[in-house]
Amino acid sequence: MNSGATQTSEDLRDGGRALWYDKVGLLVAPIAVAAMFLPFMSFAANRIVEAESRSILASLPQTYAVMLLAALGVAALLLLVRTSTKLRAVSAGAAIALLLVAAGLAADHLSADANTYARVRPASGFWLLLFAFSLGLTDAITRLRLRPTTRIALATAALGALLLLVSSGLWSNISFLKEYENQAQLFWREARQHITLSVGSMLAACIVGIPLGITCQNQRGTRSAILNTLTFVQTVPSLALFGLLIAPLSWLASNVPVVSALGIRGIGTAPALVALFAYSLLPITGNTLAGLEGVSTSAREAARGMGMTRHQRLLRIELPLALPAILAGIRIVLVQNIGLTTIAALIGGGGFGVFVFQGLGQASIDLVLLGVIPTIILAFASAVLMDAFIDMSRKERREHR
Amino acid sequence: MRAAWLIRLCLWLLLCLFLAEPQLFADILRPLNRENAPTIYTQGVLWQLTLIHLTLTAVATLAASIVAITLAILVTRRSGRDFLPLSRSVANIGQTFPPVAVLALAVPVLGFGSAPTLVALFLYGLLPIFENTVTGLTTIPPSVSEAARGVGMTAAQRLFKVELPLAAPLILTGIRVSAVISLGTATIGSTVAARTLGEVIIAGLLTNNMAFIVQGAALVGVLAILIFDLLTVAERAFANRFGASATA
Repeated sequence: MNSGATQTSEDLRDGGRALWYDKVGLLVAPIAVAAMFLPFMSFAANRIVEAESRSILASLPQTYAVMLLAALGVAALLLLVRTSTKLRAVSAGAAIALLLVAAGLAADHLSADANTYARVRPASGFWLLLFAFSLGLTDAITRLRLRPTTRIALATAALGALLLLVSSGLWSNISFLKEYENQAQLFWREARQHITLSVGSMLAACIVGIPLGITCQNQRGTRSAILNTLTFVQTVPSLALFGLLIAPLSWLASNVPVVSALGIRGIGTAPALVALFAYSLLPITGNTLAGLEGVSTSAREAARGMGMTRHQRLLRIELPLALPAILAGIRIVLVQNIGLTTIAALIGGGGFGVFVFQGLGQASIDLVLLGVIPTIILAFASAVLMDAFIDMSRKERREHR
Repeated sequence: MRAAWLIRLCLWLLLCLFLAEPQLFADILRPLNRENAPTIYTQGVLWQLTLIHLTLTAVATLAASIVAITLAILVTRRSGRDFLPLSRSVANIGQTFPPVAVLALAVPVLGFGSAPTLVALFLYGLLPIFENTVTGLTTIPPSVSEAARGVGMTAAQRLFKVELPLAAPLILTGIRVSAVISLGTATIGSTVAARTLGEVIIAGLLTNNMAFIVQGAALVGVLAILIFDLLTVAERAFANRFGASATA
């Protein structure tokens, strides 16, 4: 009794104090303000000389610079004080959009009287501002608890805006976009390869993993054997697994004519696909099993009572009820595979990793960014999409009941 | 059960033997290669590379554990509650960043070598531990916290005597996941010139030397499995001990 009373009074005090500031804003706003004084852009006359850093005031025409600083200041203030969550989301989003546009304008301004070898790229201040406002935006969006469809729409709009920005040429003076324009064809080829590898292996894993999960549920004897084997596979580091697959696959390619006729080689797409597939099996099988196990006995018995056969029960009752869990497994696999595919570049599998490792080899940040940024966007977009699907399937499941 | 211990012992012995006397295994690896190509990696001493690899992983996992558990405790306290939704989202988004991306982005800031690898391992290792600790601390049954409050425990006592011990199994699982991920990511650290076992695999890939690839990959793979296994056993032992003391 006594303890309950103290808790309520504590709650009252905390709520009644009516803070004028937001605690997350108290963390984020100072970061943003400090970042405004850090170097916004770095400028090098060519690839060889050392880059010099430029502040916001030095990298934009003065009126623009002052306007940008004022706008960012207001956005930071809106994150700091307690206002409506929607307003916070909008102002943080607007600040991010403004930053992206300003980076393009700054690059144009800085390279206006330089030759074509000049390299301009965003510097620490830009990245830190982007980080701070992204934190603010993430916090606001998380608290808004948007509906799945709204989240998909927002993500699509953001992606569209980004593509528009790239194709508009506003960023054409930023160094990694220059790199992109130099090898646009290769970029899209590697993009296709990246998606093929990560989505293809996921689909193959679904075709095998879902039935495997069903088997695990029906035959308890094989369950631990299957799950242990899959855990064992997942433990092997990716580079090691990619490497270990080269040997058997190249042996097959040189000794079995059918295999080599199919275009399978020891290095390249084949070992990459096999390794990604192997990694994908555990989350899908495990989650299918967990989803099926989670189906309530009352649902099972009702289905049995209606005279459904085992087959009907599985297809019409159990699998639909297990869908959220299966989708959660697919989400894990998709995000994981998009990341792992980068490593496939080391064994000639292609994908965005090609730019990353080329960039690391040549010590060129621009090439690294050209590989890293699209990978992160792809992984992030698929996470948002899959999370929305999972929420939708959960809701449907509730309505079914 | 006894078979499992036997396999475990054999694998450990095999690992030690290979690290101590790699030349003994040269004949097994030779058929993989073209004639005259070196079979055993000699540009670095294998056991030294293994030691560096393990040290990097251990340091990163230890640092990540300390920071992640502290952060998780902070955001689950009353005064830190405001940060809970944000920190969960950040952990969630952070996991969509591929390890290679974290590694590659650390290079421009820290240069080549062990430093970017250590930072990437640390940052990437934070997420599973943080997420598991938060889950463990927020899913404690209300009746338990009520009881702890009822017997007059202070907030600190509740945290150390009730909440953390109850969350311990989940926290340990997070640490194990993090350690295994770090072990794998450290391999990729060799692409930015960190001296780890990945060096052997990459040397094999560059010179088309299948024996190098296989010995490097097998070494890392066996190491990862043994460490995963070791931590699982440790977790079970911890759970048994804790379970016993709780019922006593």
